[in-house]
Amino acid sequence: MQFTLNGKRVRLDVHPMTRLLDALREPCGLTGTKEGCGEGECGACTVLVDRIPVNACLVPLAQVAGARVTTIEGLGGRHPLQRAFVEHGGAQCGICTPGMILAAVALGPRPSLKTIKMGLAGNICRCTGYSAIYRSVERAGVHARNHR
Amino acid sequence: MLGTIANRQLLSPGSLRDALRMLDVEGPLVPMAGCTDLYVALNFGTLHGTKFLNLWGLDELRRIAVRDDVLSIGALCTYTGIIRSRIVQSRLPMLVAAAREVGGVQIQNRGTIGGNIANASPAGDTLPVLAAADAVVAVKSAAGERRIRLAEFYTGYRTSVLAANELIVGVEIPRIRGRQWFRKVGTRAAQSISKVVMAAVDGGRGPGGQRRAPRIAIGSVAPTVVRLPRTEAALASGASIDDAQGILLDEIAPIDDVRSTAEYRRRVAANLLANFWSGRRRG
Repeated sequence: MQFTLNGKRVRLDVHPMTRLLDALREPCGLTGTKEGCGEGECGACTVLVDRIPVNACLVPLAQVAGARVTTIEGLGGRHPLQRAFVEHGGAQCGICTPGMILAAVALGPRPSLKTIKMGLAGNICRCTGYSAIYRSVERAGVHARNHR
Repeated sequence: MLGTIANRQLLSPGSLRDALRMLDVEGPLVPMAGCTDLYVALNFGTLHGTKFLNLWGLDELRRIAVRDDVLSIGALCTYTGIIRSRIVQSRLPMLVAAAREVGGVQIQNRGTIGGNIANASPAGDTLPVLAAADAVVAVKSAAGERRIRLAEFYTGYRTSVLAANELIVGVEIPRIRGRQWFRKVGTRAAQSISKVVMAAVDGGRGPGGQRRAPRIAIGSVAPTVVRLPRTEAALASGASIDDAQGILLDEIAPIDDVRSTAEYRRRVAANLLANFWSGRRRG
């Protein structure tokens, strides 16, 4: 099974029905992608497949053959959204954070508050009450501008 | 995860023809599309079947088109694909409204309309829309194809007329006249399964100015999605909304379950009918 993971070609010899989540965390060793509910409700395992957010707990590995998968590790730690979550209190316990950030990446630059709320509706946070997360995503646009 | 994949086999056909042949000679197979239901069952250890058919690569089932004034939506079209389709937006806005309320974006990006039909849940969000729209399910097997009205597709709770060697390839929706209406009532707009979900078409007026009968379908209040033929006929003949609500309550059979109670569902279903009917154009 071959796909592109964070820009690098990888080949895994595992069962084709392996959950993408398990493939990422175990053979690939990328534990930034979290398992929350395991049933597509919480969004903690959100990754991008061909730039589209999906729940990695509900994707069989066979269905990403040839695709480009991006996990939180692929953002490299310096993405404007990552900086904004740190600076504006968007992360507390941290379990939802990788999924929140990847869902937010898919919203493109400078999304409206309404777009942010809709785009993150599938990501659940039990710490922040969401306001700090929405603020972080809004402020990330400013970081991105200053970053250039 | 409670389930295991070790003893399961996945077949990945290269074309629809391949898939139909596999269903015919290698079955029984469980068709697998966006996995937003199947992998939940896998996680809980309740996934049945040992051989699975991976449909995800069959792009020929992702088309949305209009032919002879009939809207045709391929079985593998995702909710996101439906939301973004100009054709669906203009011809079947109530389906776009339903697709927007399925799960969150991650589920909308993966869940398919064919899967929603095949899963046969009485709470399926698109099913009342398809029932109210007089949709026809297009089904193929190695032996040929057939078309089944959605209203005749389900035989009971999570059962349908689909044979083991048949695959849902799409759904066909004739042109709809008059206003379309959709409303889902759940605990939250995103991620919740409905307590009650209703779709309706008011029919508009015919060439002679006569009012056409409304078409009303409702989910989560019976073992399958149901049309409400007696309620529709009553409204068409000028019955009061109070009388129509009484008839609706005779036509549904909700139960108490983890999401809601029968009594709440009866009350909400009646209120939704009034909500739909009060919004129609007067005169």
